[in-house]
Amino acid sequence: MNKYNLTHLKELESEAIFIFREVAAQFDNPVILFSGGKDSIVMFHIARKAFFPAKVPIPLLHIDTGHNFDEAIEFRDNLVKKHGVKLYVGSVQKSIDDGKVREETGFNASRNMLQTTTLLDSIEEYKFDAAIGGGRRDEEKARAKERFFSHRDDFGQWDPKNQRPELWNLFNGKKRMGEHFRVFPLSNWTELDVWQYIYMEKIEIPSLYYSHKREVFMRDGVLLATAPFMKLKPNEKAEILNVRCRTIGDITNTGLTESKADNLKDIIDEIAAERTTERGQRFDDKRSETAMEDRKKDGYF
Amino acid sequence: MQNNNNGYLDMELLRFTTAGSVDDGKSTLIGRLLYDSKSIFEDQLEAIEKASKNKGAEKADLALLTDGLKAEREQGITIDVAYRYFATPKRKFIIADTPGHIQYTRNMVTGASTANLAIILIDARHGVIEQTKRHSYIASLLQIPHVVVCINKMDLVNYDENEYKKIKKQFLEFAPKLDVKDIDFIPISALFGDNVVERSEKMNWYNGSTLLHLLENVYISGDYNHADARFPVQYVIRPQSDEFHDYRGYGGRIDGGIFKVGDKVKILPSGFESKIKSIDTLNEKLEIAYAPQSVSITIEDDIDISRGDMIVKSNNLPNQSQDITAMISWFNERPLQIKGKYAIKHTTNEVRCMIQEVRFKMDINSLERDYEDKEVKVNDIARIKLRTTKPLFFDSYKKNRYTGSFILVDEVTNETVGAGMIVERT
Repeated sequence: MNKYNLTHLKELESEAIFIFREVAAQFDNPVILFSGGKDSIVMFHIARKAFFPAKVPIPLLHIDTGHNFDEAIEFRDNLVKKHGVKLYVGSVQKSIDDGKVREETGFNASRNMLQTTTLLDSIEEYKFDAAIGGGRRDEEKARAKERFFSHRDDFGQWDPKNQRPELWNLFNGKKRMGEHFRVFPLSNWTELDVWQYIYMEKIEIPSLYYSHKREVFMRDGVLLATAPFMKLKPNEKAEILNVRCRTIGDITNTGLTESKADNLKDIIDEIAAERTTERGQRFDDKRSETAMEDRKKDGYF
Repeated sequence: MQNNNNGYLDMELLRFTTAGSVDDGKSTLIGRLLYDSKSIFEDQLEAIEKASKNKGAEKADLALLTDGLKAEREQGITIDVAYRYFATPKRKFIIADTPGHIQYTRNMVTGASTANLAIILIDARHGVIEQTKRHSYIASLLQIPHVVVCINKMDLVNYDENEYKKIKKQFLEFAPKLDVKDIDFIPISALFGDNVVERSEKMNWYNGSTLLHLLENVYISGDYNHADARFPVQYVIRPQSDEFHDYRGYGGRIDGGIFKVGDKVKILPSGFESKIKSIDTLNEKLEIAYAPQSVSITIEDDIDISRGDMIVKSNNLPNQSQDITAMISWFNERPLQIKGKYAIKHTTNEVRCMIQEVRFKMDINSLERDYEDKEVKVNDIARIKLRTTKPLFFDSYKKNRYTGSFILVDEVTNETVGAGMIVERT
């Protein structure tokens, strides 16, 4: 390699740092959407790089479904304390209690869809004008078309056919009152890039990502963790297996992978050999072919 | 995906663009690259097989993999730029997949703006057609450093060397009208995979690289300008903490050249001179930084510097002017307004401008200039003159794609309405 050439990870990092600084310069009240998952942790790491030696000047927002892995919440609280950053929590439980959304019932009940209302309400309540998310274009076909700076109207909706062109490194964040932007610094990263970057930068991640023993059950080909609010069907049986998370989301639709990988190198080897996408293990995307596009138009992450 | 776990630190990033329409096999080619490099996952393949069956097709239609929006799937066309990713042990690739029809010129221009390389597809049965010229012109206009002409569907012309030679000659006949330094030709069959990832057994007469081999090995270190040092200040970093009480760093991405600690620099527009004191990142202090690194620079003297200013080397200055001549690609349904005012975003700077005149429009099918028709409509490409409210610090687009480019923003709708490539100093 030439001495004035960046590696792919360094170039992706530089691009993401550029996006963070651009958000800080172009918006008055941005926020980082933080789930406690690996993508949001990598985002926060890059935000630290963008503003070093200053503290990250952008607060975090966690949309809390109430159905969390304990380890993820613990990790979130430690990170907030360690880096002295402000955390806002938008509670789906509160949206339900306030009667803004109705909870799904049945075996596949999930609060995933309800997050959209809570997210949009939080954006309105705190007057956030840019919400920075960890979405990547390789995750899903509708995301492949999303811009780095993605404009939302005053209902929080995305209009995929009328997006602003993005050229070179010129990003147009101009908007009217009441409108906001979703910004995706990791747009060009793949799942493997994220894992390699975590390894290269020695970034701390929740223990859930490493192999551990957990009580799980199989539903429609996906391994799910048992939890007090998850009802088992008569033919489903809970068992204890060695598993790790490939993504961390709401506990009701986070699929687990049977694995003995307890270190990053082994995980990277497994990910590289994987034959399904990480969203293939997400229950929420299996609902219909355009499930993601439909949710995104309404204002989902 | 084969992943060299220990070697990933040496991987490079190559961005390339493909333009094409339904019939010339673009989606098949992308599908082939993803499939043969094992970058299509089982659930993705299952999903498109299911969708293909619903539409009555027998085989999995690989185009469904790239056409992500509902409207695109329904109409069977690519509307927008889609980004696709795959990797080999050597490089990570980002494909900007764009539609090829003339009414999507703006999407092609967008996809081309960040590409290192363009793939131009020619149907071996039809040879060089209008669309070939259009795609090649856009690659040339956007100064994509490398162009690979893939002569596709060789299976339908019996893998005949003479057909390949004939088309290559046709292309080279109009190539002098373009400004492309590096052109390669490859005979392929995307459908059967000949010369895409694996060498073709049916075209022994061809001794060059396969497409993937070329993508993995084309020399890209020279794609960034490493000669003319340009650092647009993006964000001023002031921690105001006890530890970094007086720290004042300038965050930004290097748009060109190389900066070293101790370099004598000039700040534009103030014209003050100073020296680089440090180049900081979270991990370490750097002695040297180059494009396209994002860094934080501190300087020896206490000078007022803010976003939109540019730090350059004292002995190598960019142009400074309020009068700009540029090629413009127009994106908006509302035509360019002569004497109209727009916001202009150039590097990290933003000012206002007025359109002074339209010199000519480009007929991108014939590559002829039209000096009569001055109405610049959506998808048109034209040469214009504009005047800014404050001077810009710029290079010609040919010299530097990042200090030589700008976008125009409608001040009422906030839409990005045009993209400009600065031609020369006026």
